[in-house]
Amino acid sequence: MSAEHRTTQLDAPLSETTRTVTVVTWKTAGVLAAITVLYALLLVAVPHAGDTRFVLSSRNDFFQIPVIVLPSAPLAWACGAVLLAVTAAAAVLTARHRRTPTWLVVVYAAAALTGFLAWAGAGSPRDLSVVGLLGGAVLWSVPFVYGALGGVIGERAGVVNIAIEAQLLGAAFTAAIVSSITNSAVMGLLAALLAGALVSLVLGLFAITYHVNQVIVGVVLNVLVVGLTSFLYSQVLVPAAETLNSTTRFSAVPIPVLSEIPVLGPVLFRQPLLIYLMFLAVPAVWFALNRTRWGLRLRAVGEHPKAADTVGIDVVRTRYNAVLVAGAVAGLGGAFYTTVQLSQFGENMTGGAGYIALAAVIFGKWDPVRAAFAGLLFGFASNLQNVLSVVGSPVPSQFMLMVPYVVTLLAVAGLVGRSRPPAASGEPYVKG
Amino acid sequence: MSASESGQGTNPAQEPGLDPGTAEELEQERARVAGPPVGDDAVDTASRLAKALQQTMSSPWTVSAGAVLLAIVAGSVMIAFTDEEVKAASTYFFARPGDTFVALGQAIGGAYAALFRGAVVNFQADDLATAVRPFTETLTYATPLIAAGLGVALAFRAGLFNIGGQGQMLVAAAAAGWVGFGVSGVPFPLHLVLALVAGIAAGALWAGLAGLLKARTGAHEVIVTIMLNYVAFYLISYFLATPGLLQAPGSSNPKTPPTPQSAQLPALLGERFNLTWGFVLALLAVVGVWWLLNRSSAGFAFRAVGENPRAARVAGIDTGRTTVSSMLVAGGLVGLAGASQVLGAITTGFSSDIDAGIGFDAITVALLGGSNPWGVLAAGILFGAFKAGGSTMQAAEGIPSDIVLVVQSLIVLFIAAPPLVRAIFRLPDPSRRRAPKKARKTKEAAA
Repeated sequence: MSAEHRTTQLDAPLSETTRTVTVVTWKTAGVLAAITVLYALLLVAVPHAGDTRFVLSSRNDFFQIPVIVLPSAPLAWACGAVLLAVTAAAAVLTARHRRTPTWLVVVYAAAALTGFLAWAGAGSPRDLSVVGLLGGAVLWSVPFVYGALGGVIGERAGVVNIAIEAQLLGAAFTAAIVSSITNSAVMGLLAALLAGALVSLVLGLFAITYHVNQVIVGVVLNVLVVGLTSFLYSQVLVPAAETLNSTTRFSAVPIPVLSEIPVLGPVLFRQPLLIYLMFLAVPAVWFALNRTRWGLRLRAVGEHPKAADTVGIDVVRTRYNAVLVAGAVAGLGGAFYTTVQLSQFGENMTGGAGYIALAAVIFGKWDPVRAAFAGLLFGFASNLQNVLSVVGSPVPSQFMLMVPYVVTLLAVAGLVGRSRPPAASGEPYVKG
Repeated sequence: MSASESGQGTNPAQEPGLDPGTAEELEQERARVAGPPVGDDAVDTASRLAKALQQTMSSPWTVSAGAVLLAIVAGSVMIAFTDEEVKAASTYFFARPGDTFVALGQAIGGAYAALFRGAVVNFQADDLATAVRPFTETLTYATPLIAAGLGVALAFRAGLFNIGGQGQMLVAAAAAGWVGFGVSGVPFPLHLVLALVAGIAAGALWAGLAGLLKARTGAHEVIVTIMLNYVAFYLISYFLATPGLLQAPGSSNPKTPPTPQSAQLPALLGERFNLTWGFVLALLAVVGVWWLLNRSSAGFAFRAVGENPRAARVAGIDTGRTTVSSMLVAGGLVGLAGASQVLGAITTGFSSDIDAGIGFDAITVALLGGSNPWGVLAAGILFGAFKAGGSTMQAAEGIPSDIVLVVQSLIVLFIAAPPLVRAIFRLPDPSRRRAPKKARKTKEAAA
């Protein structure tokens, strides 16, 4: 922490005016500078001539935006200039003991992304579909966002939910069976909800009632559900694949008018039901946690269970309640795999998405809205490879695939920094 | 492996009754001395027997045995419900119930017999070497689990959750493999040592990077290690697809050339068995980690920071440096697992799935072992046995080896929750011998 720079106006009178404490670090400026240098190195080392074709419209829009063809090298360097400007601004602000505002970081990220895409798509005869890039990101973020919401609810109540992976996989499996039998995606969704809550019940039984270390229960539940679903998959689903493992999927439901707005329409309003539900779930969880009695009690139990118990809140019941809701929400994310993405269940098909959702929880600092945006970022990362494989990337694809994770690393190290979990997160409550 | 040990370092609140328990025993003793001399020798013996029985029943080992039994029962239920012959026989259950039970016995007995045959001793074998071969297979599977489990356990003791085993193993395997087939002209023992050191160093650096980011910027190690897993995976994929780096010459597959003889870990029990000296290295690592944690000042700093970072800082321990160095050692241990795979178990060349999920299995091993080196050794061998037996079971009985995952995880769950196991088997609770306390209270009230 040597780079940390603290200014505390200690000599200000304490009584009349509020004491302002500003903690300014050079981390943000440093990380921005590092990314800018990397970006410039990329442009210099692998120069890439040609034009990039950005496509903004899809067929059903009100009006068509023509394909934007831009010379890639000037565009990429222009974006580089923006990066440099933002970095300089951040440095100046830090030198004056002021924080770098978030909007500046957002501008930086947008410029970096545009420049990167311009450079990657240069000279490609294929169009770079902005709608595909963003719409796919929303679609792919579904399990991460629901999983992160489930993680946030659990942790705010003091139960670390490492079993998100188990909830996703269990829900995907159950949704596959129920949706296949009933020929109804909605029934599959309901079953996924129950399956997620069931995994949570086991988590609660061990973590809340029996005070077992929550990390142990979470990790072990993940293994247990992988084993259970894989076993049942090969013993039950494979022999009867026709009846038990061919699901009815949600189809995209365009919302009238809204879906015809260029760019935004197809990205946000021409999606399956599960995605609209996600748009509602994020503010709903935020509201429930921050503006309702249920949420206040839940957070009290997560921050200081003893105090909550003293004022008459039933800690065990509140935690069970929270964990069950968390599991159900994560279960909705699991339904994505078998009722939206594919029409059948496959062994271990979540492939570590639960751990990414966990990262989104921490990245989002245990706040539902921020965690959802973190989930969206990871969704974008997952989708980027699809888009780049269409356009054809100038550097080895593995490096392109690595970029989102490296950026996350830098972002977590430089922009988020020390994150503070709920005070009683992970601690079993023993009354007395 | 015992329940009280598994509580250590992970959850000290799990056994709240240890000290009060001994205090109560003292009270009991005092009451017996002070009280009137009741009963003759026979009664005394009987009560002593009862006490011994109670102690046995409430011992952590009984709970562990109960946990294993419960997990096996759960596995049996799963087999019973999915076995074809049981299903066929149960359709006429009320006509001939015997058939169902015979089918049940054959399915379940056959499965566990195959598991045992694949993991411990093959009692169908003709000669001794074939008979004990399964156990050596168990130890072969256990080698990377023990090494990587130690890495995760050590990080746990320092208060860090190392989910980055996959990335650390991949990087280590790549480094060890590259020194293995990329460097030529070095004679046998030296070449092997070089490759091992390269693998361990690579794993250590990869985990140390996570530790450095945590110590310097406060980034949460869970995110950092997960992200480094992906970075390592794509990095190795790139190396494997690029001629001149890790890809075998003249091939377009993302696979490395085989490891040359001079860099291979020699067989421990002769060429007939797959077990290599890697297992001995894992054993040395167990002793080394035990020494480091319990006998060295660095290990004391690890544990102090893990228990209470603020108190450690007040006591003058540099928590940042401890975080970095504990991750370095942890990564080195996971690196040993990666190197031992490339130089011992899989010497025919590897691809980007060389980690084979061991990085994640190691978390379960560390948890079951209670983050204690000897516990990790036992847990690693147990899980190695399940891995070895599971494949035999799948081949011989047609039962998917995934059931092993279920049984494994149930064992860990039940061992972590002794009250649940005691409730199921109606075992006495060692922390609930409250009778003398009540007696004392009434005495005080009377006085």
